[in-house]
Amino acid sequence: MKLLTHNLLSSHVRGVGPRGFPLRLQATEVRINPVEFNPDFVARMIPKVEWAALLEAADTLHLVEVPKGPIEGYERDEAFLRKMHHVLLEVDVLEGTLQCPESGRLFPISRGIPNMLLSDEETET
Amino acid sequence: MALPGVVNRYLLLMAQEHLEFRLPEIKSLLSLFGGQFTSSQGAYGKSPFWILSIPSEEIARNLMKRTVCAKSIFELWGHGKSLEELYSSLRNYPVEKMVPFLHSDSTYKIKIHTFNKTLTQEEKVRRIDALEFLPFEGKVNLKKPQHIFSLLEDYGLDPNCIPENPHNVYFGRWIADGQRELIESYSVKKRHFIGNTSMDAGLSFIMANHGKVKENDIVFDPFVGTGGLLIASAHFGAYVCGTDIDYNTVHGLGKASRKNQKWRGPDENIRANLRQYGLEKYYLDVLVSDASKPSWRKGTYFDAIITDPPYGIRESTRRTGSQKEIPKGIEKCPESHVPVSLSYHLSDMFFDLLNFAAETLVLGGRLVYWLPVYTPEYVEEMVPSHPCLKLISNCEQKLSSHTSRRLITMEKVKNFENRDQYSHLLSDRFLPYQGHNSFREKYFSGVTKRTAKEEKSSQE
Repeated sequence: MKLLTHNLLSSHVRGVGPRGFPLRLQATEVRINPVEFNPDFVARMIPKVEWAALLEAADTLHLVEVPKGPIEGYERDEAFLRKMHHVLLEVDVLEGTLQCPESGRLFPISRGIPNMLLSDEETET
Repeated sequence: MALPGVVNRYLLLMAQEHLEFRLPEIKSLLSLFGGQFTSSQGAYGKSPFWILSIPSEEIARNLMKRTVCAKSIFELWGHGKSLEELYSSLRNYPVEKMVPFLHSDSTYKIKIHTFNKTLTQEEKVRRIDALEFLPFEGKVNLKKPQHIFSLLEDYGLDPNCIPENPHNVYFGRWIADGQRELIESYSVKKRHFIGNTSMDAGLSFIMANHGKVKENDIVFDPFVGTGGLLIASAHFGAYVCGTDIDYNTVHGLGKASRKNQKWRGPDENIRANLRQYGLEKYYLDVLVSDASKPSWRKGTYFDAIITDPPYGIRESTRRTGSQKEIPKGIEKCPESHVPVSLSYHLSDMFFDLLNFAAETLVLGGRLVYWLPVYTPEYVEEMVPSHPCLKLISNCEQKLSSHTSRRLITMEKVKNFENRDQYSHLLSDRFLPYQGHNSFREKYFSGVTKRTAKEEKSSQE
């Protein structure tokens, strides 16, 4: 699971609503996966990022050199974009859990794939 | 560059496959590249020859870099209902537009294509000679010419009734071929990871084109299966992600879909499929998730949602549900987390899908999906609608004598406000489709009758 994806995921446990974001990340196995740098794509993603959630996840994974927020003229700042590219797309959580911050419910990540399935009692109507 | 006021006409030679899907594909691609579909031709229907106006050659070339429905495009210099009409049409074509491609330093060749008729070599040579009145000054080079000119003759569509004279003839400068070779190179036969319902390669590219997928888009498939639809979008430069309720499929585990294979191997998962085609960098993520209960935070992320939802025939329609409801089928896998599987009514599924698309698509983003239909009862009103989504196209593909599926393309034209305000509206609009909840029974009713007939006749 990449941190870009983590940044978009929210718990849908019944009654939790927007307090289900961000999911608390716990990783037991992480892999760094080199991905070809595409500055245009990374620049497109910057406006979609929820920075507090990203920084929290990056901190859990002990990542360094994570920009604290978008900077002026980021679209043309290659150094900034390369750092963001690494954080968002090259860090892959293989094993771990995502925890709903409100209900405590755990969603497992196995072989890089999060399992978001819940039973009916737990989900919103 | 196009001169102002000058109409640039092009001839598209279309492949005679997926006839209904062709026009929406070309229209979507033209709009993607800043053009607009304009033509003086009446109807397109079954004909492989389409004349259209395109503002510039650059747009025409971009169109051909994407289309799998069109074989080739030509800059149209003349046309008519007979060779004589063609020659006078050519005489009316401005010479200054011809000259850049005919000057003495260049090389060229002329090709003759006839449709639904075979000409002898002599007949072909005669036609090439008849074009001598054109100001060709370059040298003929049959192996690697700089410019290729084509004379195309249309002898109709009926192989049992070939006319003496063509219905239409065209002459133009060949510009580019389409992407039909992708159909072979991405064939499901050669793909590492397939499922029971993996989409035919040609159709998956058509879907990506109907969806106006472009470079650096994010494309999502909520019923991702083995990821076949994601491959086409990744090929066009989009970053892809998907979800599926089936743990085994997402992880690439369990029984194989290939005839001689028992279990899936280690190289069989969605990521591996993308890797097979050199597209791994476009893989974002896949998740095990119930499409009716999405886990995305509020916002618009997807540029396109391209999907083939289950129809309940070869793959079951499922969603998670409470213990109180009667389960219809439970996957026996300790790791998978589907506690109870409800049969998921098709109308509910499309209701959820349209709402999901309206909520998570960017403005202008497209939803492309297949709608299964029991043909004797089909009416256009049955196609699900949503106040935030505009219907762009609806193309039928027959599956059997009484069933078909329709490729529906919708575009988000309005921002999504509140989930609740749509609930009561949509339940009314979905009433016409309610009948299709028994699509599975209807699909098999034909089969049951046929089997009964066969048994009866074999006993006689």
